[in-house]
Amino acid sequence: MNAPDNKRRALLATAGVGAAGLVVAPGIRLIEAATAADAPKTTLASSKVRWGMLVDTTKCKSDCNACVTACNKENSIVEEVADPRQRSQWVRKIDLVEQRTGKQHSLPMMCQHCTNPPCVDVCPTGASFKRADGLVLVDRHICIGCRYCMMACPYKARSFVHEPLTTQNPEMPRGVGCVESCTFCVQRIDRGLQPACTEACPEGAMLFGDLNDDNSAIAKRLKEVASTQVRAELKLDTGVRYQGI
Amino acid sequence: MSRALTFLAALTLALPLFNAAAAGEAAKPAIVIANPGTQCIAPPEEMRRDHMEMLKHQRNRTMRLGERGAKVSLNACVDCHASKTTGSVLSGKQSNPDGFCEACHAFAAVKLDCWDCHQPKAGYKAAEATPAPEGSKP
Amino acid sequence: MDYASSRAEEKKFYLLAALGALVSAIGIGAALYMEHHGHAVTGMNNQIVWGLPHVFAIFLVVAASGVLNVASIGSVFGKTVYKTRAKLAGLLCFAMLAAGLVVILLDLGRADRIMVAATHVNLTSVFGWNMILYPGMFAIVFVYLWTLMEKRMYPYSKPAGFAAFIWRLMLTTGTGSIFGFLVARQAYQSAVIAPMFIIMSFAWGLAVFMVVQKAMYLWNGMTLHPEIRNRLRKLLAVFVGAVFYFVAVYHLTNLYFAKQTAFEHFILVDGGIFPQLFWGGWLCVGTLAPLALFFLPGLKDMRGSVTLASLLIIVGAFCQLYVFIIGGEAFPLEIFPGRTATSTFFDGRIDQYAPSLPEILLGLGGIGIAFTMTVVGVRVLRFLPEDNIAKLQAAGALSD
Repeated sequence: MNAPDNKRRALLATAGVGAAGLVVAPGIRLIEAATAADAPKTTLASSKVRWGMLVDTTKCKSDCNACVTACNKENSIVEEVADPRQRSQWVRKIDLVEQRTGKQHSLPMMCQHCTNPPCVDVCPTGASFKRADGLVLVDRHICIGCRYCMMACPYKARSFVHEPLTTQNPEMPRGVGCVESCTFCVQRIDRGLQPACTEACPEGAMLFGDLNDDNSAIAKRLKEVASTQVRAELKLDTGVRYQGI
Repeated sequence: MSRALTFLAALTLALPLFNAAAAGEAAKPAIVIANPGTQCIAPPEEMRRDHMEMLKHQRNRTMRLGERGAKVSLNACVDCHASKTTGSVLSGKQSNPDGFCEACHAFAAVKLDCWDCHQPKAGYKAAEATPAPEGSKP
Repeated sequence: MDYASSRAEEKKFYLLAALGALVSAIGIGAALYMEHHGHAVTGMNNQIVWGLPHVFAIFLVVAASGVLNVASIGSVFGKTVYKTRAKLAGLLCFAMLAAGLVVILLDLGRADRIMVAATHVNLTSVFGWNMILYPGMFAIVFVYLWTLMEKRMYPYSKPAGFAAFIWRLMLTTGTGSIFGFLVARQAYQSAVIAPMFIIMSFAWGLAVFMVVQKAMYLWNGMTLHPEIRNRLRKLLAVFVGAVFYFVAVYHLTNLYFAKQTAFEHFILVDGGIFPQLFWGGWLCVGTLAPLALFFLPGLKDMRGSVTLASLLIIVGAFCQLYVFIIGGEAFPLEIFPGRTATSTFFDGRIDQYAPSLPEILLGLGGIGIAFTMTVVGVRVLRFLPEDNIAKLQAAGALSD
């Protein structure tokens, strides 16, 4: 769905309040308007917001896996998969060793929620999409499982579900034959909560917030410290930034 | 255009079913209401005719626009309509499936696509499942 | 033809068609098995996301585009020798394109959503372009075949052939660009890939055409006129040489870029199966051996040498695609240059891929589909290239 379509829907939602139950022509019900009138007063994802995360790798411990465990629990990534290469991982811990100096780093790697996401560009059906607030998500209703986005992602952030699932979290549907990745815990963000990984980090190494809001903690911190975008040369303008690498 | 085509295709595929029903070969589905006396979001006739459109419309609003807490909600359907005995809208049975969703869908021969991804059990907690092993670190 | 031999021929036809149908059915059965169990039953995983089915599918689609080259030389450039071959080329194009598409679509994680793929098209996606290019190709080839086979449509064969020529170049550009537009991985992101795919399509398509033509001539007890054989032989040699040139340029540019040398070292030297398939499969079997068969004095006039060379080119093509697609994915993404990365998600590690039986059967099923369509096509309609040698010689068409 593209931007004009969003606008069209927003307009319809407003018009719908007055037009509830309107019968456009005999036998044709304006469902669009009818349901819009019943819709609760919720705020929609807004383009004024740009969700982002700053990871302080100096605080991140190599032997700690708390973010991964929290993610798996929140999003119910609990299925037994025989081949570890076929297992979904939305966030993973990467240990880095600088080749010249031997300097070590550890950091969580997940979907970087790019402003210019290659996965969205290459998706043949438009199932990979970017929400107004910058979240890069997969519409599993129209994902055909071609895996082109996995070829295109420079961060290897996406997983393909190789087997039928039965243990989904009701709030985070997942299923066989579709591609999936970190959503910044969209189901939590929309309730005003932090992503599960951020909340679980015992070191407080992950800072989540609105990059567009000058008063947010993350925006202030990004003004103070030197931060890096991974593979910055690709100019994808990532939502996740790293400090200390 | 595509909807018209889908309709024509559905009609063609469904014709033998109508015949079968007329010949009394397939029994009308027995729908079990898990919570009798409660009120659905719309009258039954409307729900039967339009539930797929309602769900499709709201799924796009929820997912693409981030609209939460809408009246139409698949999880709300499950919470109310899941069977008191199985706790699910699916029975898991191969023959004569009688879960709330399955009974009609089997009768109408319309494939149920929701439950490959969505959780068909009411009040299902992700934590009930055991977390997967973290995998050996190389 | 007498009654007995006609009966024998009919028997042979049904045998071949049944064989093709069986292979196709097994392939589709394998796909249904994959669909039911998920891709867990394949060797593909979260790093090697495209596997053997894609090698088969891309070969079929690229060769389909290239085989039409034979027709284009006839219709667009007016060469009589190729005009008689245009119909067979069109049929092969149609059959291989359909087979390649079937393989790609059956490998989808949600193959049941083909209607979604057809109704939701993202025009920034190269796959999205292909959703338009492929159906367009079918339509154009269909019309082109019509203009070639129905007398009152003959005058339109030139514009139809020209449209097919242009469309086919776009189609193969689209196929090559699926990879060429990927910045994420070391192996791809190169503008040379699209023209490389076009020239590969010329070579592979003509090789397939030569094999099929040979089979049909054997069936009908005919032989190809030496002059025509010579011309096709030289043309195929030029194409094989051109593929060699493009592959060399692709690897040389990579070797020149410091950031690509690790990848080149992997593909060309220490990557196990991939250097073996590259040097042994593609270079020796698929390029040098055919060139030897084409040009060495003792071999070039040997009976069956062009057919053998064509078969070797096809074998080389599969090796090349395997190295390009699977080798390109097996090499780890370089997310943190200058650092060694390790993780439970196999960062920084070279991935292993072993195709499973269902994948192999699906790929072969694609070949089966193309084979069956061709066998049925040449049986029911007149596709056999028959040269009127006397007329060609009179017109000087054998030496133009």
